[in-house]
Amino acid sequence: MTTMPEVICHSETAGAPEGQRTARNPRPSATDPASGRGFLSALHPSGVSPLRNDRAMEKTMTESKISVRDFDFFYGPLQVLHGISLEIPAQKVTALIGPSGCGKSTFIRSINRMNDIITDARASGTITIDGKDVYRGDTDVVELRRKVGMVFQKSNPFPKSIYENVAYGLRIGGMRNKRQIDEIIERSLTRAALWHEVKDRLHASAMALSGGQQQRLCIARALAVDPEILLMDEPASALDPIATSKIEELIYELKDNYTIVIVTHNMQQAARVSDRTAFFMLGKLVEYNDTNAIFMNPSEKMTEDYVTGRFG
Amino acid sequence: MTANLRRRKLFSRFFEILCGLAVVIALIPLAMILFYVIKEGAGALNWDFFTKMPKPVGETGGGMANAIAGTLILIGIAALFAVPIGGICGVHLAEYPSTKFSSVVRFAADVLNGVPSIVVGIFAYGLVVLPVKRFSAIAGGVALGFLMIPIVVRTTEELLRLVPGGLREGALALGATRGRAVFGVIVPAALPGILTGILVALARVAGETAPLLFTALNNRFWSTSLTQPIASLTVQVYTYAQSPYDDWHRQAWAGAFLLVMIILTLSIAARLAVRRLERMNRP
Amino acid sequence: MRRSSDDRKFRLGTGAFAALVLLIVIGIGFELTRQSMLSITKFGLKFWTTSTWDPVSGDFGALPFIWGTLYSAILALLLATPIALGIAIFISELSPRMLRTPLAYLTDLLAAIPSIVYGLWGVFVMVPFVRKLEVATPDALKQLSLFKGPPLGVGMLAAALILAVMVIPFSSSVAREILKNVPSAQREAAYALGATRWEAIKVAIGFGKSGIIGAVMLGFGRALGETIAVTMVIGNSPQVTASLFKPQYTMAAVIANEFTEAADELYLHALIEIGLLLFIITVAVNMISRLLIWSMKRRVVAPIVMPVIEEATA
Repeated sequence: MTTMPEVICHSETAGAPEGQRTARNPRPSATDPASGRGFLSALHPSGVSPLRNDRAMEKTMTESKISVRDFDFFYGPLQVLHGISLEIPAQKVTALIGPSGCGKSTFIRSINRMNDIITDARASGTITIDGKDVYRGDTDVVELRRKVGMVFQKSNPFPKSIYENVAYGLRIGGMRNKRQIDEIIERSLTRAALWHEVKDRLHASAMALSGGQQQRLCIARALAVDPEILLMDEPASALDPIATSKIEELIYELKDNYTIVIVTHNMQQAARVSDRTAFFMLGKLVEYNDTNAIFMNPSEKMTEDYVTGRFG
Repeated sequence: MTANLRRRKLFSRFFEILCGLAVVIALIPLAMILFYVIKEGAGALNWDFFTKMPKPVGETGGGMANAIAGTLILIGIAALFAVPIGGICGVHLAEYPSTKFSSVVRFAADVLNGVPSIVVGIFAYGLVVLPVKRFSAIAGGVALGFLMIPIVVRTTEELLRLVPGGLREGALALGATRGRAVFGVIVPAALPGILTGILVALARVAGETAPLLFTALNNRFWSTSLTQPIASLTVQVYTYAQSPYDDWHRQAWAGAFLLVMIILTLSIAARLAVRRLERMNRP
Repeated sequence: MRRSSDDRKFRLGTGAFAALVLLIVIGIGFELTRQSMLSITKFGLKFWTTSTWDPVSGDFGALPFIWGTLYSAILALLLATPIALGIAIFISELSPRMLRTPLAYLTDLLAAIPSIVYGLWGVFVMVPFVRKLEVATPDALKQLSLFKGPPLGVGMLAAALILAVMVIPFSSSVAREILKNVPSAQREAAYALGATRWEAIKVAIGFGKSGIIGAVMLGFGRALGETIAVTMVIGNSPQVTASLFKPQYTMAAVIANEFTEAADELYLHALIEIGLLLFIITVAVNMISRLLIWSMKRRVVAPIVMPVIEEATA
């Protein structure tokens, strides 16, 4: 049985002990930016700061797809995320980097409320998608997760055929028209750059695919339900370099149509694929800026130390 | 929320409730059985039950002293027979876990576990009763022993595998023979758990009836002889239950109550022992 | 690497005991065959297809017992499986953390109750209840062959009900293990695609499908071999009938009842031949079920012992 602290510092497990049950705790949306002042004042996240630049904040808020304000997350008594605030722009790739584990995965999983499955998990602060608070009481989690797709670190296809894997989201959504399903499957697999490799064996088992192919299948599966946002938790970390580069190409192509948030511990990857980068450390957002700025010209010493490889 | 979504959520709720219902449904017979056993049995349990012999047919009174003693003797024989065989087999499986031979033996133990107890009784009959043309306590004990073996094998193997390998290496490095290392160091380390497993296995076979029907048979009189038929709690309850006498029915319930109490006690004791074990092993 | 003689002695010594266990299993099959030779040679395959059971004239046919065994076991399975699965799902997926161990313990307690106690309760509590049910059956239904027969209380229905209760904990505890071993990543994938709780559970079940079937088969094997509880409530009357109300007979029951009465060798051999068939069937069912469960990479043993060990190693 994993105890909570062990769970925190392994982003691989993404903080989800087996079979845990829900302790859902949707929060009322009222937040006071000033309440997080204690943490934020110690950190000076550069880029966008809700404290210093409210007008700029409001301007970017209308453009940003996901808006996070003073988000805290707790596993039981242990606080894992401290006052995270950032604006994630639409149809761009935002990378979350930082030392192994300790927050990035938890954060990304909070966006589609996957952490609800974990007992003793608690969130405070707001995460707003398209202006609507995700943690509000009346938010429908099932609907949220259709809109926000997720790809996991280790590919997890169902032990079914390739076809059935991609069709899963459609089927539970009630789609019955076979032609419609076929079309969407072809489109999703094409978007995931997998169509040509599997189009002749759609009914073969998904488990027969290679690791890289399985991951692209999982991406296709997520795309099939037509999400607006795609969350990717270290999607290529379990893959070889060739498969990894295929995934990165994919991300680059996808961003035209989707808002992508990707967690990666591979800085070169972040530098290659993302438009904006957020540097997390010990559950706090240290710096958030355009990718170029983070890597070429970071404002924070910690950021600079990390991206130049002095630690982590 | 779309209508489809609403329907799906309703479905989900519905099935979740159904599963909860399943638990309730399963617990009802459990509650009923325990209720009746306690109600009918506890009342009929008295001092006579433990000390007197069965009265002749038709007379009221008497007890099951011989049956209680018989059961104890039978499980004693079973343990004597099954523990060494099952235990050492378990040792072998734990020490050589990946050989083909071990896989086959493991499989055989699993098969034995699934053989109906009455079939095992027939086997014991052929082995122990037929050659000497006589029913005996030994035959019954052997039959029960066969039933115990798979459990003992499995428990022993699992618990020995849990003992950290460093212990064996330490003993061997000090010059112990393999046998000394295993039986002198590793087995004692796992002993509490193994004993617990044996207790649980004993509890299980104490409740067996079918294999005793034609091995140990039954005995209306007091007998502790190993080469004679012997009474047992289970067979006695069985006999009484099928009789037309109310008094015997009462005693049957008392016997059932005793059986359930023994098994419950052993089972709870086993769990407590395991809990104590893991507390000892965790710093 | 030269293995020391001490090591070899140890290996052979312990191996001998291990071989003994193997020998026991083989021995059972062997001995059963040997002790039923008379019957095998006299009746051959007819033994399995004829219904006469006449000890006096020495004519034996085991069909009614095979029928009774299979019918009661299948009925028990139909009743028990949904409940066992429901319990397994509830305990491993739905119940609050704190309730999990006590609930598991309670359902495993059902497995610990000895057969004779079930039988006793069956005779004095369940049979009268079933009798009331049978009497209360509307006449229209009584016309169906399924419900034909005198309302004795004892009969196939009572046997099926009692077997179902006895089988539930076996299937349930194994199914629980299977579900526990389905990687959480599978459920997460479903949730991330917008699945409801039940839909995610279905995904988990789908992943553990073969193991769950194995769990069900394990219960089936148990039901086939149960002797005492069944013989006390089934009526012990050899007949092949679909009626739930009519008393019938199972293989295990006839052996239990008539073994000590068998006056001549042929009679005994006939009974032992029935035991042989029971052995073969249960071993086959058991093997298939373990194969299915093993294919889920998890081994299981009697529900009484495993939870005890599980807690020690959790």
